[in-house]
Amino acid sequence: MIELIAIHKSFNGAKILNGVHFKIRKGETFVIIGQSGTGKTVTLRHIAGLTDPDSGEVLIEGVRMNGARNRVKEKLRKKMGIVFQSGALINWMSVRDNISLPLRENKLFSPDEIERITNEKLELLQLKDAADKMPADISGGMKKRASLARVLVINPDIILYDEPTSGLDPVMSEHINELIRRMQKDFDVTSIVVTHDMQSAYHIADRIAMLYRGEIVQCGTPDEIRNTENPIVKQFITGQVTGPIEVA
Amino acid sequence: MKYFKNLFYLTGKRLIDILDISGFTILLLLRALYFCKNAFSKRREIFKQMYIAGVKSFIVCSLVAIFIGMILSLQVGIELQRFQQQSLIGDLLITTMTREMGPLMTGIIIIASVGSAMAAEIGTMKVSEEIDALEMMSISPVKFLVMPRLIALAVMVPISTIYVIALGTIGGAIVAYFQLNVPYDIYYNRVVQAIRFKATYVGIFKSFIFGIIIAAISCSQGLKATNGALGVGKATRSTVVASFLMVLIVGYFITSFFYGK
Ligand SMILES: Nc1ncnc2c1ncn2[C@@H]1O[C@H](COP(=O)(O)OP(=O)(O)OP(=O)(O)O)[C@@H](O)[C@H]1O
Ligand SMILES: [Mg+2]
Repeated sequence: MIELIAIHKSFNGAKILNGVHFKIRKGETFVIIGQSGTGKTVTLRHIAGLTDPDSGEVLIEGVRMNGARNRVKEKLRKKMGIVFQSGALINWMSVRDNISLPLRENKLFSPDEIERITNEKLELLQLKDAADKMPADISGGMKKRASLARVLVINPDIILYDEPTSGLDPVMSEHINELIRRMQKDFDVTSIVVTHDMQSAYHIADRIAMLYRGEIVQCGTPDEIRNTENPIVKQFITGQVTGPIEVA
Repeated sequence: MKYFKNLFYLTGKRLIDILDISGFTILLLLRALYFCKNAFSKRREIFKQMYIAGVKSFIVCSLVAIFIGMILSLQVGIELQRFQQQSLIGDLLITTMTREMGPLMTGIIIIASVGSAMAAEIGTMKVSEEIDALEMMSISPVKFLVMPRLIALAVMVPISTIYVIALGTIGGAIVAYFQLNVPYDIYYNRVVQAIRFKATYVGIFKSFIFGIIIAAISCSQGLKATNGALGVGKATRSTVVASFLMVLIVGYFITSFFYGK
């Protein structure tokens, strides 16, 4: 279970998160939607403990993540993975080495096992052909998939996805959506997915939350969101230019 | 009045920033030293970094060494010639090269060619979230990135220094032969006689410390980079300035520790 309690965060005087508050049940797929630049990535970084809030608390299974000692953070992250928006692959390692990196560095398995697991994930994300290329030589979508593969090798209980399907073709997007759902069904993985893509949000979400101006304006099941009366959410999901959301 | 207030604010902010990064650098260095216990398991990365440092600085080191030797030889030689003492040129060259010029010049070359690239590389990793990714995988960036670079430079700077001293002395010999008419064998004999054990080990010790300083500053500036490509550029620039100052200052204190009264 993941709980964010009244998270406030400013960068250089600009308030980005203004009392963000939500609770995610174990095994749930929770989707965060919102405009570009509203702080979706910042929210995910709070959950991962990569950014500390100005005030508020992040609880992972009841343990405080923000401000925790390195050892505590390390322990919480053992079963947590994040798929970064840009992939964040180590640029001087091949795709294969990137994917096996967490296993090799933490000496979790024997070399043969690591080889086997890596190949399995390469296969799963259709990266076989790119396995020996460098991150700079593959497409944005491939980077994202490689980043996901690198998360999957550690068998996490919690996966944070930062726009996993943006930059992917429709077929591949659907494949990733399926994967997210299968992780939930087969391994009871808790997923937090940041996305702009309403189709995939409806498809995978147990609950959807909309972030606007640093606050969660509505949080509910896909049906509740689809039939929302909230003008902000309504404008966002239908993609209207006119409405309460100002288009700069 | 407002202007002064602003001035105080900016000066204060700058001072605090400097204290902040200095503290961070020292802590980073201590943590990297602690992780040296894992050096064996990172030996491949260490050798790779040593190779990179060596290759990147090789040509510049060679050229600078030869020309420094030639310049020293020419400048001092002309003065010595007035007293008919040009045969002593070998003594002078080997002494200045081992005591000061070798470590200092090598330090500066390594800062410019290796340290700056190191800061840019780690800075790029920082701003593209690669460092965050490492942390999420419970891989310590200090153990994974900083420690191998620290060891690599601590080994490579002394090696390059020895190379620079040797090549500089050869450069001096060429000028001594062609400009001052000092035969090679006389020059060589003077050099061998003038090599001092203390000057040599102090020089090498100095370059060892320079290597550690350069690696620590480059890595800490890289790890502190923010704001995309702009921040990487700033980290690179700060690395060069800060390393250069530290190499000069620490160099003085090492000299005064061994030779001062
Ligand atoms: N480290 C930081 N320093 C300063 N400002 C930051 C930092 N991180 C984020 N911001 C600011 O916070 C705001 C929210 O950023 P964030 O990356 O969370 O947006 P986002 O909702 O993920 O947008 P997108 O959909 O485009 O990825 C932006 O205006 C950004 O400039
Ligand atoms: Mg984002």
